[in-house]
Amino acid sequence: MSTPSTLAIEATGLVKSFGQTRAVDGVDLAVRSGSVYGVLGPNGAGKTTTIRMLATLLRPDAGEARVLGHDIVREADAVRGAVSLTGQLASVDEDLTGRENLILIGRLLGLGRARAKERADELLDAFGLTEAAGRLVKNYSGGMRRRLDISASIVVTPQLMFLDEPTTGLDPRSRNQVWDIIRAMQAGGTTILLCTQYLDEADQLADGIAVIDHGRVIAEGTPGQLKASVGSGALHVRLLDPEQRPEAERILARELGTVHLEADPAALSASCADSDRAAEGIAELSRSGVRIADFSLGQPSLDEVFLALTGHPAEDQTAEEGAPEEERAA
Amino acid sequence: MSTPTTRTQTPPDADAAAVRKAISSAERPPRASTGAAALSFGWRGMLKIKHVPEQLIDVTITPVLFTLLFTYMYGGAISGSTGAYLQFILPGTIVMSVLFTTVYSGVALNTDITKGVVDRFRSLPIWPAAPLVGAVVGDSVRYVLAGTIVVIVGLVLGYSPEGGMDGVIAAMALVVLFAFGLAWVFTTVGLVMRSPNAVMNTGFMALFPLLFISNAFVPPETLPSAIEAFVDVNPFSHLVTAARGLMDGAAEAGDIFLVLGEAAVVTAVFAPLTLRLYRTRA
Repeated sequence: MSTPSTLAIEATGLVKSFGQTRAVDGVDLAVRSGSVYGVLGPNGAGKTTTIRMLATLLRPDAGEARVLGHDIVREADAVRGAVSLTGQLASVDEDLTGRENLILIGRLLGLGRARAKERADELLDAFGLTEAAGRLVKNYSGGMRRRLDISASIVVTPQLMFLDEPTTGLDPRSRNQVWDIIRAMQAGGTTILLCTQYLDEADQLADGIAVIDHGRVIAEGTPGQLKASVGSGALHVRLLDPEQRPEAERILARELGTVHLEADPAALSASCADSDRAAEGIAELSRSGVRIADFSLGQPSLDEVFLALTGHPAEDQTAEEGAPEEERAA
Repeated sequence: MSTPTTRTQTPPDADAAAVRKAISSAERPPRASTGAAALSFGWRGMLKIKHVPEQLIDVTITPVLFTLLFTYMYGGAISGSTGAYLQFILPGTIVMSVLFTTVYSGVALNTDITKGVVDRFRSLPIWPAAPLVGAVVGDSVRYVLAGTIVVIVGLVLGYSPEGGMDGVIAAMALVVLFAFGLAWVFTTVGLVMRSPNAVMNTGFMALFPLLFISNAFVPPETLPSAIEAFVDVNPFSHLVTAARGLMDGAAEAGDIFLVLGEAAVVTAVFAPLTLRLYRTRA
């Protein structure tokens, strides 16, 4: 039987290689029961492979993990009995209707015929899919498909749910809906392991975050701790004239240290330990004739955290090999 | 024209309170038994036939065309008359029709993998082979339909089974049994290939020569000796011989047992291979 533990997931030294590539290269994770835990990293960092190992779809080459107290290799069946997975691809059957998909999953989980139908209708209603219930899933929008996918994962409420990039490709409105669902599930007591490449998503939802890059956890902690590890804060400056940004960058680099250029061509930020130093930086900018539209002192964004940890921005790797492709080639 | 359905275009949202309620109201039932899980997948196969009937049309139109084409184009030349040739080739066209259908077992499995549905099935607490075994239910319906369509076309064209309808049914049963064995070959292919289309092309590219270099459409005595030698060892020839025997009312037990043995060997090799690949690679 499982030992009582407050950890829903305990993984040590997980390794998985596909051919020459070590997709996961010694991952340790400790996820508290009842939390939303974010696994954050760019495409190809090893997130999907990690989740697939924990969900018993892939056998690790090395290392161990216990999910809800059960070993993922020796007690894989017990793990499957308590978790559910919402994969990166919406894992629903396109040739069936939404309702049929949910009835099928209900039957497979052991619900009786009548109860499976009843449960399907209940979920379709809760997820705003009643109108589309009789339509084939291939005609669903991305957001509807994702909601159906998540509802298929809770036909029987799991103790732990794996969510692999649940909002990738969704419009902001559908994304907010998925976030609401995740929050509702956490409130209902389900532990959630959330893989994402969106920094604000992890920031919004997660109690704890592991930053993963090249198959390794490179940082771990609460969103606040991660930000603090980069520096106590950051000075954000927006200039009136984007042309002056190179000059501002030079000055702030000299006065304060690491400078991060933001997507807005007139904005930049610099890591900054305290407000006195920040005031000096601002004063130095105006002395040099750099005109400032506004400035603020705040915590660094997770974007900056990622840059500081890895030396490259979070989303510049998208062209590199995606994890699922590697797996098919294995 | 007044439209009563002036609904707003935006779909209703997922309601967080309702979601919370839906989560709290679900109890975990006892696990589905092995049989119940497989049957649920069988139901899924039937639904797919209902929602995507095109897959049946693809598979049956070719044999129907071939039956018509061969009978009227080559019948006179090969057998002296179209009627005599139809008597000869109909068992072969049934074999062709049903065996083509087996490729779709691999295509369907590959589609499930590339679309990600298999991930969900594999993460459920069910017998791991249930999706594959359950698919057999849907497959058998397809096989029987594919075979039946050819029989009907044959009867309309004037085919008369010497072995009576019993013989036709027995032949069909034998062909379907053999198809179950062959389907495992294509599920294996379905697990190795990268796309459903690749599975389809590979399947048809393998089936076409094997079906044509058999005794399905021509008597092998007329062939060059090297090809005749191949035809004689081709398992598809053995199946055609046995089916023809049953439909002509002149079946030999040895022919039938040979086919059953071959189907058993193919199953014994490829069913475990499929299951193994499914568990490790899908």
